[in-house]
Amino acid sequence: MALDKSYLEYSHRSHGMDHNRYDWSMLTDRPKVTWPDGKKLALWVNVPLQFFPLDQKGEPFKIQGGMTMPYPDLRHFSLRDYGNRVGIFRFLKAFDKYGVTPTFAMNTELAKRNPYLLNTIKERGSEIMCHGMHMDALHYGGQDKQTETQLVQDSLSQLRELTGQNITGWLSPGRNESENTPELLAANGIEYFCDWVNDDMPYTFKTQQGNLWAMPLSNELDDAFIMLNNLHSEDSYAEQMIDACDFLLKEANESGGRILSLNIHPWMLGQPHRIGALERVLEYVMSQDVYSASASDILKTFTSQTTP
Amino acid sequence: MKSDPGFYDYWPYENRPKIRWPGGKKMAFWVAPNIEFYELNPPSNPSRKAWPQPYPATQGYSIRDYGNRVGHQRQMDLLDKYGIRGSISLSTALCDHHPEIIQMCKERDWEFFSHGIYNTRYTYGMSEQQERDMIKDSMETIYRHTGQKCAGYLAPALSHSELTLDLFAEVGTELFGNEGGIYTCDLFHDDQPTPIHTRSNKPFVSIPYSLEMNDTIAFVVNKIEPRRYGEMLKKNFDRLYAEGDESGTIMCIPTHNYQVSCPHRMKAFEEALDYITSHDDVWVTTGKEIADYYLAHYYEQAKIDITQKNAIALNNAVALDSAAAQKKGAK
Repeated sequence: MALDKSYLEYSHRSHGMDHNRYDWSMLTDRPKVTWPDGKKLALWVNVPLQFFPLDQKGEPFKIQGGMTMPYPDLRHFSLRDYGNRVGIFRFLKAFDKYGVTPTFAMNTELAKRNPYLLNTIKERGSEIMCHGMHMDALHYGGQDKQTETQLVQDSLSQLRELTGQNITGWLSPGRNESENTPELLAANGIEYFCDWVNDDMPYTFKTQQGNLWAMPLSNELDDAFIMLNNLHSEDSYAEQMIDACDFLLKEANESGGRILSLNIHPWMLGQPHRIGALERVLEYVMSQDVYSASASDILKTFTSQTTP
Repeated sequence: MKSDPGFYDYWPYENRPKIRWPGGKKMAFWVAPNIEFYELNPPSNPSRKAWPQPYPATQGYSIRDYGNRVGHQRQMDLLDKYGIRGSISLSTALCDHHPEIIQMCKERDWEFFSHGIYNTRYTYGMSEQQERDMIKDSMETIYRHTGQKCAGYLAPALSHSELTLDLFAEVGTELFGNEGGIYTCDLFHDDQPTPIHTRSNKPFVSIPYSLEMNDTIAFVVNKIEPRRYGEMLKKNFDRLYAEGDESGTIMCIPTHNYQVSCPHRMKAFEEALDYITSHDDVWVTTGKEIADYYLAHYYEQAKIDITQKNAIALNNAVALDSAAAQKKGAK
């Protein structure tokens, strides 16, 4: 039987995107931005601090880094916990050594469970964004709207209370969204989110509750994507970051400031055999013409130059 | 369903009629950037899901959009630098969505060939008429926006029917005579062009478009490290260049701007292009130019050689049959 005739109808075939979430725009057509002190490259180091429940339901899908074995999958549960107990402190030392200003994307559930870790981050004065409730509380297409509304409200209000910060950034668990997620974020005081990976610079994302900024947090440069998904070596990870840094610096010389975004997980790069690769990258990048800042500061610098 | 598509005959790589490319070059080199449009919410096809997650598949959709917003211009600058004209494998709806990109390619006299309308509309399950309409729409769109008579085809998302190549050749004839619909990139059986049987018996050729050198296959399926991909490209080149002493070869690098144009992959890709184009005996060209040249100079000769070699095979088969018959009769 042939396909229904609607399969050969193309109702969105016109100029621009096939949806109205954001405008079509090529990076090369946009105004140049300059980072503070004339720096060429903004370094955004984003550290997800995550809680992976032992009893994950995996609805509607199992996410990367989650449990893979029959319950109770103690190996993966405890290995993820290693990141929050041990790996993160290796990260913090490295950030201090190389003068890096990190941003932390924290699961609200982790902030509730680990007050020591939360306080450590708070005392450093680092920016925290909300990474949803936990790594099994997914946002997905077809999710009941009332359920998701409650999830967004709870995640944000509880994290705001615990951190004392006016949380304005969001990263969805598994970087997955429902058709309602952007509206819910905007309605709950979020100003920027990092789920969409279609750009190397911030851009305006439209919602019925007002605009959000989409911040470019590269998935292709994510440590778990490279080493867990693609099974590349630690050395290759470092080479890829260094090659990306060199390329973006070169592009910045001609086209205006660029952003190098490193999404790094303490349970991945915080391992003893991998931390050296991170240190090598930070040492290299920070020796270049680089401005290291939090996600919000990078965004503020950007919007102060691009919006009237 | 068939056990063999029947598009080509067995034709051993050794002792073929010798090919020399224009200017006596021993190797033809082309780069095929796939410029694709993936829909956020395409209609569903019973044989293949467009996205692994329920709508909206934020990650898959947005990284592909990255290719058009960010990546395309990067690769274009790089190809300009090395004097390479791209042969674009085009989701032709992109002419409507992003004509700015089409314009940039036109200004550089790049080739456009059809990669269907959207990379989220699969051939599976289409009736013959539906597939014909889809192919025709895609070729007419290219002509309307670029003035080019579409010569080549790579099925959308490599989704085929048994009739895909026949239909492409026929629609090409209907629209543009022997100037349209003359080569396919859908087959991976050879490192040289080979004649293809179509039911219209039109002169039609398969041009090597490597799946192994395809950046998406390398990075996503085979999980190759970026610098190693650069090394693979050089090794692939070295071997084909050396074999070109005997008879002309072809190297193709199929790319995607959401893969190779990411910042951490550009350096290795550039090094490979720099290496390849620094060799004297390379014809840096497009898919259509290779197909045209082959059809004009080697196609008939190739068909005769294939017929002769397969006549020997056929004789052997007949001899075996008769030997078997004799044996049976002797019992």
